[in-house]
Amino acid sequence: MSSGGPVPVPRFGHGSRVPGWDEAVDLTKDPAVVPDPATTPVPPELRETIEAAMAKYPDRRSAAIPALHAAQQLHGYCSPEAITEVACVMRLTPAYLTSVATFYDMLETEPRPHHHDVYVCTNITCSLLGADELLDAVADASAGREDVHVRSFECLGACDIAPMASVDGEYIGPLTLEDAPRIVEDLEAGRPVLEHKQLRYRRSVDPGAAASEGER
Amino acid sequence: MPTILFDRIDEPGLNTLEVYERRGGYQALRRVLGMTPEEVTNEIMESGVRGRGGAGFQMGRKISFLPHGDMEKYLVCNADESEPGTFKDRELIQKNPHMLIEGVIIAAIAGGIAKTFIYVRGEYSKQADILEAALGEAYGAGYLGERILDSEHSISLVLHRGAGAYICGEETGLLDSLEGKRGNPRLKPPFPAIEGLYHGPTLINNVETLCTVPHIIRMGGAEYAKLGTETSTGTKLVSVSGDVQRPGNYEVELGIPSREIIYGLAGGPPDGREIKFWFPGGSSSPVLTKDDLDIPYDFDSLAKAGTMLGSGAIIVADERRSVLDTAIKVAKFYAHESCGKCVPCREGTNWTHKMLDRIRSGEATPMDLDIMASVQEQIIGNCLCVLGDAMAMPIGSMVAKFRDELEAEIDAARERANAAPLEDVVALGVADEQPDDMGGPRFSEAGSRAGA
Ligand SMILES: Cc1cc2nc3c(=O)[nH]c(=O)nc-3n(C[C@H](O)[C@H](O)[C@H](O)COP(=O)(O)O)c2cc1C
Ligand code: SF4
Ligand code: FES
Repeated sequence: MSSGGPVPVPRFGHGSRVPGWDEAVDLTKDPAVVPDPATTPVPPELRETIEAAMAKYPDRRSAAIPALHAAQQLHGYCSPEAITEVACVMRLTPAYLTSVATFYDMLETEPRPHHHDVYVCTNITCSLLGADELLDAVADASAGREDVHVRSFECLGACDIAPMASVDGEYIGPLTLEDAPRIVEDLEAGRPVLEHKQLRYRRSVDPGAAASEGER
Repeated sequence: MPTILFDRIDEPGLNTLEVYERRGGYQALRRVLGMTPEEVTNEIMESGVRGRGGAGFQMGRKISFLPHGDMEKYLVCNADESEPGTFKDRELIQKNPHMLIEGVIIAAIAGGIAKTFIYVRGEYSKQADILEAALGEAYGAGYLGERILDSEHSISLVLHRGAGAYICGEETGLLDSLEGKRGNPRLKPPFPAIEGLYHGPTLINNVETLCTVPHIIRMGGAEYAKLGTETSTGTKLVSVSGDVQRPGNYEVELGIPSREIIYGLAGGPPDGREIKFWFPGGSSSPVLTKDDLDIPYDFDSLAKAGTMLGSGAIIVADERRSVLDTAIKVAKFYAHESCGKCVPCREGTNWTHKMLDRIRSGEATPMDLDIMASVQEQIIGNCLCVLGDAMAMPIGSMVAKFRDELEAEIDAARERANAAPLEDVVALGVADEQPDDMGGPRFSEAGSRAGA
């Protein structure tokens, strides 16, 4: 790479500079149809959850997100099996559900062996107050820990405690760099994560008082 | 300062039916059951309350657009709250969920609606749990369900959890998402009031808007309208964050000077630093500077100042902050959240992000700022929904108001990157070809309009 000549443009395996459309599909196969219940086993609890969700709406398709969410809980991510099972219960094609799953940030379509989701907000307010460094620190602290999935996230709606993170849905902040390893330690120990910094203990009125209360 | 929505908000247990009822909860609903839907709508109309979700449209008028007659109509409460800087709906949901439920029921009665939904962003899972528990209590007590409180009204309410997509806050994107599809916005008209969820007429309102409804009934629309200014009535929750000493939600009467919110309530920037710029209404609003602090905080005054009240989220950046850093965050956010349905938005957000990144890496010239400004102009008004505009407006305002600083950043970054000195690039004649007026598209008429 020292020759000073033009640096080759990175290319994908198929020779193009953009990712291909052929990655997720087997071009030799027929398109997947609505799965046949007779040959598609679905875990009974998952079926029950999805059926209950479908019953809540005038149109069963409205249950797509809750159903995919339930399947993701069970399988770890929206895997092809997860999608097939949901498709079977909802009587929809796997392609339709894949189109839904790929749209939403909280539905994962890549394997993810993690048990804990740590979303570090790096949007405007949080980044003004140091979120980018915080994200690095949390990523470093969890390096090598298979069960913790750290990712940056857009505004989580808690800019009052910026910089903040959501750990398995629990909002914590304002965070310092020293808090990063403690998040991982608390997760490992199965304790509530940084309990004194959890949003739920913050007052709505006179939030300044809450900060000092929280520091006790 | 009148406290309406935040009255006793921190009282322990307010999220339970027992405490809420003890504090006068569901009395407004009982009153409404003795009124006709028209009377309820009139109270809301008279209150003048404008939508708290972003667009600021009068709620009473929206209800009056719903067709009358025997048909399946829907009400959807927008609790997707994802506009960067906004965190007021979260507080209402987790601290006082019954107030929202009561507001939904009353609005449903006003609109002759039997099926209602609350769409909560997926990230608010703890808040949704609290709301779900409250919902159970409300059904148990007969406020929801068949023939509520033995009246002729039957109203159902379904809590729907999203899965993380800003665009599902846009009302028609939200409807598609609620129907179980990708959250792509729809072409308007038809507006949701005519054709919305499952093709039925649909009333869509923000959490805070619906939370004011029980209070409007309690106080009377005319009394509520005395608060605030003539065209921006009532109180508003303002989420203040960033470089202020006391970030948080504050309930203010619309029309108070912005300075009073930022300095008086939130304490202003720490250590006596000066404000450099601030977003008055979430990341989609054009930025203002320290010279604009005396603008009254209401819909019309902010619109007159070329910006907007939006969702009521003030983000403050003090003198230490770089405009470029924030601009990059803004552009990256919208590029990530664009649903990709229309070209100006999908490409415009993405390229704006790339151009801003180029400033930082030292590959940009001042000409890029002109191109960037022209890209913003070409996004505005040319998209299906206003997500594209929502990036174009703040970025356009930053380029216009902080051009000197951005040019200095360009110079400094070029120096750091050992790029060719700007004079050499300019000597090639590229920058000279740019017209020096600031308005209008940068491309020549002949070039861009050929064949049009
Ligand atoms: C890109 C985009 C995102 C939006 N996000 C939200 C949101 O998160 N919450 C909300 O209440 N309104 C949001 N809105 C505004 C809604 O489209 C709609 O105007 C509002 O929910 C109507 O309720 P209101 O009249 O009570 O304000 C958004 C609009 C756009 C264009
Ligand atoms: S403006 Fe952007 S977000 Fe809105 S519909 Fe078009 S591409 Fe989608
Ligand atoms: S910017 Fe981080 S929570 Fe809003």
